[in-house]
Amino acid sequence: MPDLGIDVLFKGTNMLRLLGGLWVAARISLISIVISMPLGILVGALMTMKNKIVRAICRIYLEIIRIMPQLVLLFIVYFGTTRAMGWNLSGEVASVIVFTLWGTAEMADLVRGALISIPKHQYESAEALGLTKVQTYIYIIIPQTVRRLIPLSINLITRMIKTTSLVLMIGVVEMLKVAQQIIEANRMTSPNAAFGVFLVVFLLYFLVCWPISMLAKYLEKKWR
Amino acid sequence: MKNWKKLLSLGLAVALSVGVLTGCGSKEETAADASATEATDAADSTADAAKGNEVYRTLDEIKESGTINIGVFSDKNPFGYVDENGEYQGYDVYFANRIGEDLGVKVNFVSTEAANRIEYLQTGKVDIILANFTVTDERKEEVDFALPYMNVALGVVSRNDNVIESLDNWNPDDSIIVISGTTAETYLIANYPDIPLQKFDSYATAKEAFENGTSVAWANDNTEVIAFSLQNDGYTVGIPSLGSADTIAPAVTQGNTTLLDWINDEIKSLGEENFFHADYEATLTDTYGSEYEDSLVVEGGVTDAE
Repeated sequence: MPDLGIDVLFKGTNMLRLLGGLWVAARISLISIVISMPLGILVGALMTMKNKIVRAICRIYLEIIRIMPQLVLLFIVYFGTTRAMGWNLSGEVASVIVFTLWGTAEMADLVRGALISIPKHQYESAEALGLTKVQTYIYIIIPQTVRRLIPLSINLITRMIKTTSLVLMIGVVEMLKVAQQIIEANRMTSPNAAFGVFLVVFLLYFLVCWPISMLAKYLEKKWR
Repeated sequence: MKNWKKLLSLGLAVALSVGVLTGCGSKEETAADASATEATDAADSTADAAKGNEVYRTLDEIKESGTINIGVFSDKNPFGYVDENGEYQGYDVYFANRIGEDLGVKVNFVSTEAANRIEYLQTGKVDIILANFTVTDERKEEVDFALPYMNVALGVVSRNDNVIESLDNWNPDDSIIVISGTTAETYLIANYPDIPLQKFDSYATAKEAFENGTSVAWANDNTEVIAFSLQNDGYTVGIPSLGSADTIAPAVTQGNTTLLDWINDEIKSLGEENFFHADYEATLTDTYGSEYEDSLVVEGGVTDAE
C-alpha cells in the first residue's frame, strides 16, 4: 500500500476545514443555480420571441458571457466594480453574481434550443384539436421541452459546481484552496499528501454531483 | 405512487427553500458587513473631504475600524500558509501579527495569489500586501513599497539526471515552469524570450506539475527552489542566483503615505530588537537551516547593497 498521505486530513481540524470549503463551494453554486434556472427559462423564452430587438439583446448577452472565461468575469465583477463604481463586494457575492450571469445565459440558450426543437406539427396538431394557446403550452410544449432540458441542465449544474474552484482567485477559500493549503502546510512532513488530498477532493465533488445525476436519470425515466 | 411523488417534490421544495434562506442569511450578513464598512468609509471621507474618493484607508481609518486587512499567501509554506488548525503561519504572517499588535488592531488575513496582489491593493480590498512581494521597478509604478525585510534572487531547480546550470543555448523543445505574476516570469520573458514557459496560477499547481515532470526546470525565488530541493530528493538547484539580487518588502496602495510611513518607522524600530532574525528563527529555520539566516534577513530595512 503506497503512502497516499491521507493522514494529513486527520491532523487538527483539517477535515472540517475541507468540508467547510465544500460548503462554501456548494453554497455559491446552489444559490447561483436556484437564481439562474428560472431566469434562464425566462430569457430562453425571450430568445424565441419574434421581436428582433429583444432577440439581439439576448444574443449579445449570451455571446459576451459565453466568450469570456469565467476567471475574467470573476475579476471584472470583483475588482472591476470596485474600480469603476467603488462597490466593495465580498468575494462570495461577486462569485454568486458571476455564476448567476453565466448560468442564466447558458440555461437560456438550452431552453431556446429545446423550444425550437419541438416540431411545428405539434403546435398545429394541438390547434387542430381545439386547444387554446395556453393549453398547448401546458399540455404539449412544456412537458416535451422539460424532458429535453433535463440532461442538458444537469450538465450545466454539475459544471457550475466544479467551476467554483476558480473563485480562489478572488480570495474565496473554497474546497480546492483548502486542499492546497493543507498540502502546502504539510509539504515537509508528508510530501505525498497531494495525491491523497486531491483524491478526497475528487470523492467530495463526486458525492455532490452524483446525486444530481441520479435525480436526472430518475426524472428522465419517469417522464418518458 | 402519486403520494410518493408529492412527498418527493415537497422534500425538494423544502430543501431548496432552506438552501435559499440560509444562503440569503449569510449573504445579508456579508452585505451588512460591507455596508457597515462603507458607512464608516463614507463617514471618514466626509470627515476629511479634501482627500476625495481614494480607495485606500489611511492609518487613522484603519485604527478606528479596529481591523487591518493584510493580504498573505495561504499556500506558501514557510512564508505564508495555514496550519492544521486553520491558523495563518509563516515568516510574513509573523510580521503581520506584529503589525496588528503594534497598531492595536485585529488582523484580518486575506488569501491572495501571486497574480492578484497588485489588484487587491489598487482596489483597496487589502491595506497591506505581505505576500513575499519582491520589489521591482514595474511594480513600483503600481503600488508603494515600504522598507525591505528580506533578500531574494531568482533560482532554477531541475532534476538530478538533467541538472540545468545555464539558460543559454536552450533546447526549444524544453520548457520552464513559472508562476504567473512572479518576478521569475517577468525576468524570463524579458531576458530569455525564446524559452517556452509553462505558467501556473498557484504555487501548489506549479509544484504539482514540476513533480510530475511536465517541464525540465522550475524558475522561482531562490528561497523557494532551495527549500524545494532540500525537502525533495532528486532535485538540484543548478542556478542558485539568477538576475539581480532583489528585496522583499511590504506594499501599500499608491499614495497611502500615512500607512507607508508608519510601516517604515515600524521596520526601523523592529531592527533595534533584531525582530526579523527572531522571525527567521521562529519560522524559517526548519526549512533553510540557520546557514541562510544572515543572507536572507534584512534588519531595520538596511540592505548590504546600500
